[in-house]
Amino acid sequence: MKLHVDWTACDGRGVCTELLEEVLVEDDWGFPVARDGQRSPTVPPPLEAAARQAVDRCPMLALKLRSR
Amino acid sequence: MTSVAEAPVARVERRLLDGELGLDAHLARHGRLPVLDGSQIIGMARDAGLTGRGGAGFPVWRKLSAVAAGGGAAVVVANGAEGEPASKKDRALLAYQPNLVLDGLQLVATATTAEGAHLYAPKAALPALRALLAARAAAGLDRRPVTLHAAPDAFVSGEESAVVSAINGRGAVPADKRIRVVQAGVGGAPTLVQNVETLAHLALIARYGAGWFLSAGTPDEPGTFLATISGAVRRPGVVEAGYGVPLGELIAAAGGATMHLQAVLIGGYHGGWVPADPALPVSRQTLQPYGASPGAGVIVALPAGACGLGETARITGYLAEQVAGQCGPCINGLPRMAATLADLAARRPRAGLAAEAERLARLVSGRGACHHPDGTARLVLSAMRIFEADVAAHLNGRCLAAEGQR
Repeated sequence: MKLHVDWTACDGRGVCTELLEEVLVEDDWGFPVARDGQRSPTVPPPLEAAARQAVDRCPMLALKLRSR
Repeated sequence: MTSVAEAPVARVERRLLDGELGLDAHLARHGRLPVLDGSQIIGMARDAGLTGRGGAGFPVWRKLSAVAAGGGAAVVVANGAEGEPASKKDRALLAYQPNLVLDGLQLVATATTAEGAHLYAPKAALPALRALLAARAAAGLDRRPVTLHAAPDAFVSGEESAVVSAINGRGAVPADKRIRVVQAGVGGAPTLVQNVETLAHLALIARYGAGWFLSAGTPDEPGTFLATISGAVRRPGVVEAGYGVPLGELIAAAGGATMHLQAVLIGGYHGGWVPADPALPVSRQTLQPYGASPGAGVIVALPAGACGLGETARITGYLAEQVAGQCGPCINGLPRMAATLADLAARRPRAGLAAEAERLARLVSGRGACHHPDGTARLVLSAMRIFEADVAAHLNGRCLAAEGQR
């Protein structure tokens, strides 16, 4: 699975970087950055449950999981 | 396989921009469009290897196929917005040969079985286009009526999803790309947005064939392109040439350099700096090592007396002002990048200044709804490479251009 950030919706609240710290870190302004440097970072299978939680808890509904 | 000896010679050549003005002259020169069905038009675009001339260079036939396969009533849009300050070619084309653009728009409408056709262009271009559409309707030319839309004068207003958003009445700002406009664009319909120059090429291919189109350019990058040449040249303006044309021939076609050139910006404000080598072929393949591409054909010649870092800082400052204000990394990152470049250009050195410019460029890349951060980063990274000696001098409080050493 891959993570997609809708940058027009993301407000940098930081929920995703807390729940998914193995995949995302905060940039200088609190917006998520993929550790793997990808536009749509890959979520390893063991982290899929945490990724779903991050998607569900994003207050701006800016995070999506997609199969490719 | 084509050997170098058999390859077409890329040179300055007028195809789109040739011919007299006006509908009568257009019909006398090119005649009416031949009657073609959708698969013929898509096949012709594929055989010709036609790519988009708005900057991204995507194969036209693939976009046509995607919209045609979308099912339901598609929409086609001719994109004449030209927010890039160093580009004038779309305005020139709409002023001198608008009939080719309108012919091309009808062709892509047929190819995608579109019901709606739109032309999006700067406000100043619309009155003449409105009159021309009436004349073409009277001549029984356009099967589908064309709706005109004014493109706001902003850098990102011509980005594909911004065009769709403007026509949908929501302001010309880019949208998230999870759903592509080829799937759901204008009014939710599968939508084809194609640059006006691309459509004009298609109008000529429909009449003269893919083989004719392939006789210009290189085997991998066929056809001609419109270049807007500015900076230190005698006659700044729009020139047409085959891909692979030596940089020196383009500069010569603009009247030649007014003084010794130290570098050339290719591809516009989202492009890259390359050495002012007259023999350098202008093509995607040959510019790739510099992190540049022909893009929408913008060429800016930098004279020896001008500081490349100063010019890059000025452009980065402009691009930071043109942020649409939607995406956090772009809203925050571009002004920070511009301030860093401004410090470097003004010789206000501090520890890690050059590394900070590169870090910020990499940080914002790929993190926006559109490629505005990526394009700005590309420009900054290419400047740090090409003007490496200038960076070192500026960090020591000196400027090579000001000292006459470039």
